[in-house]
Amino acid sequence: MDLFEYQARDMFEAHGVPVLQGLIADTPEEAEAAAAKIGGVVVVKAQVKVGGRGKAGGVKVAKTPEEARAHAEAILGLDIKGHIVKRVMIAQGAAIDQEYYFSVMLDRSNRTFLSLCSVEGGMDIEQLAVERPDALAKIAVDAVAGIDLVKAREIALAGHFPAELADKVAPVLAKLYEVFVKEDATLVEVNPLVLTKDGQILALDGKVTLDDNAEFRHEREELERDDLDPLEAKAKAWDLNYVKLDGQVGIIGNGAGLVMSTLDVVAYAGERHGGVRPANFLDIGGGASAEVMANGLDVILGDEQVKSVFVNVFGGITACDAVANGIVGALEKLGSAATKPLVVRLDGNNVAEGRRILADFAHPLVTVVETMDEAADKAAELANR
Amino acid sequence: MAIFLDGNSRIIVQGMTGSEGMKHTTRMLAGGSNIVGGVNPRKAGETVEIEGKSLPVFGTVAEAMAATGANVSVIFVPPAFAKAAVVEAIDAEIELAVVITEGIPVHDSASFWAYSCSKGNKTRIIGPNCPGIISPEQSNAGITPSNITGRGPIGLVSKSGTLTYQMMFELRDIGFSTAIGIGGDPIIGTTHIDALAAFEADPETKAIVLIGEIGGDSEEKAAAYIAKNVTKPVVAYVAGFTAPEGKTMGHAGAIVSGSAGTAQAKKEAFEAVGVKVGKTPSETAALMREVVKGL
Repeated sequence: MDLFEYQARDMFEAHGVPVLQGLIADTPEEAEAAAAKIGGVVVVKAQVKVGGRGKAGGVKVAKTPEEARAHAEAILGLDIKGHIVKRVMIAQGAAIDQEYYFSVMLDRSNRTFLSLCSVEGGMDIEQLAVERPDALAKIAVDAVAGIDLVKAREIALAGHFPAELADKVAPVLAKLYEVFVKEDATLVEVNPLVLTKDGQILALDGKVTLDDNAEFRHEREELERDDLDPLEAKAKAWDLNYVKLDGQVGIIGNGAGLVMSTLDVVAYAGERHGGVRPANFLDIGGGASAEVMANGLDVILGDEQVKSVFVNVFGGITACDAVANGIVGALEKLGSAATKPLVVRLDGNNVAEGRRILADFAHPLVTVVETMDEAADKAAELANR
Repeated sequence: MAIFLDGNSRIIVQGMTGSEGMKHTTRMLAGGSNIVGGVNPRKAGETVEIEGKSLPVFGTVAEAMAATGANVSVIFVPPAFAKAAVVEAIDAEIELAVVITEGIPVHDSASFWAYSCSKGNKTRIIGPNCPGIISPEQSNAGITPSNITGRGPIGLVSKSGTLTYQMMFELRDIGFSTAIGIGGDPIIGTTHIDALAAFEADPETKAIVLIGEIGGDSEEKAAAYIAKNVTKPVVAYVAGFTAPEGKTMGHAGAIVSGSAGTAQAKKEAFEAVGVKVGKTPSETAALMREVVKGL
């Protein structure tokens, strides 16, 4: 999960990383009050999880609370690359002398952590990496040893900080690593990290990505989350692994790899049937019960874009009879409200029993097909009718 | 022969007495695996009856190894305790630790991997978030159904569990030396390359199926490795061509970020080194069938 800038700021502050005051505002009135509370020059910043806010008019300096109010009025509701601004952060102004770059992230390729650092910050770091790769230090960080003061200084020096400045910035880098570890982040990025005219090091803008797998050991119930698509919210409530896409063939399968593969096979089949595409990713997981299967169907049949459904199960741990019973249960519950055709391909554990259940059920909307390719073709054909 | 796991493997199960552990220990035993005990510090000294076999429960991996001669551990411990379980297996220097657990925080995986490296990687780690490893008719350490197919000349390495089952099923008349699911997490122990190297060295394996999916660069690295080091025929499959950018597709590691990790890039990397890539699982199986015919 990516955090909003204000959430990253709050997290930094909680771990002792020096930051400027920042208050969140949902209305122009709140923005004015926040600016008055902070006092002096403030910056009104759109809270959206997308780059290029400044260029899109989402970041504006205000000298007075009235001006902050006017800026908030203009920024709230703004569409920045498809993200509508619902909140702004009123941030204290700072007299910036220099801008730096620092990040620490998961380095999947090397199975460890990686720190990037440059004394030249503020600009787009990908651009810097391409145009002046020598200016951007890339230092591997051992997941056990981490970043202590010595390592932090080594990173700063590699990023071409002068020795005196490296001493000054090292404690902040070590604190940022503490955020990375203690919050189970996969990315902590500060751009810019600044030196103010009065000699302070501050994290001015932060980007943090948290590991969803680690939620169980953090108290994050209060954290503002992205609005979910209603179908995604419904699936989440049932603990289903669902991603909404924009096609016409609803997909249910077991196992992430098989479901991804099913999406691809349906897209290929769609090329022969009017260009229909997969409508979603839905993995009911290993050992799914009839109830889980029925819940999955409920979510997918609730998608108005869906014209046909493809159930693709290879029973490893999952039993095909449970899947078949789930289909029967869901269709019985829906009764005459069920109108979309289902194509079912079952193989593996208890396949004979699963196919028998569907044959006995003999529902006019259900077609059982032998192979994955034929089933994808049939589902695409039905979606194109 | 086979790789990493064979008929001589003596298996213990960490987390055997939990619900998943019990279910799959039962299945592994029914499939013919030589399970010799379990580990659970809170139930040390107890005995569990499964499939007509009395399995002793030990307090630690080291005790279990000393008492049973176990050389493989399968780990079903829940995410919150999985790191400690893997570290314990590493400390005991067991040959192979198969981490089935899904949902382990990536900092924990990074940490046990760094720890393993600092200890000289004496324990081969497979997973986490994987189906494990099966050498059909010899041994099964994990959750792969034992009865999909029998022993044969194909080696299989895959990021995905169900695609492993699907591919074994498609090629069930030919059979497999070993099928290994390396897992769909961002940080894993055994990689595509590790499995390729072992299959290359294994006399029983005559051809290799490699299954990848979006995210990371394991497939690209595997392609470069094949070009330099693998003489046996390899056929590949990559899942996730239709996955949109920035959305995690089930596996924690299955995500396209920007232009990195796309299925298209992986496919091109394989084709650039002469590895045929199937468009679908069945087409991949058909390609392998052709390869096997020519052996």
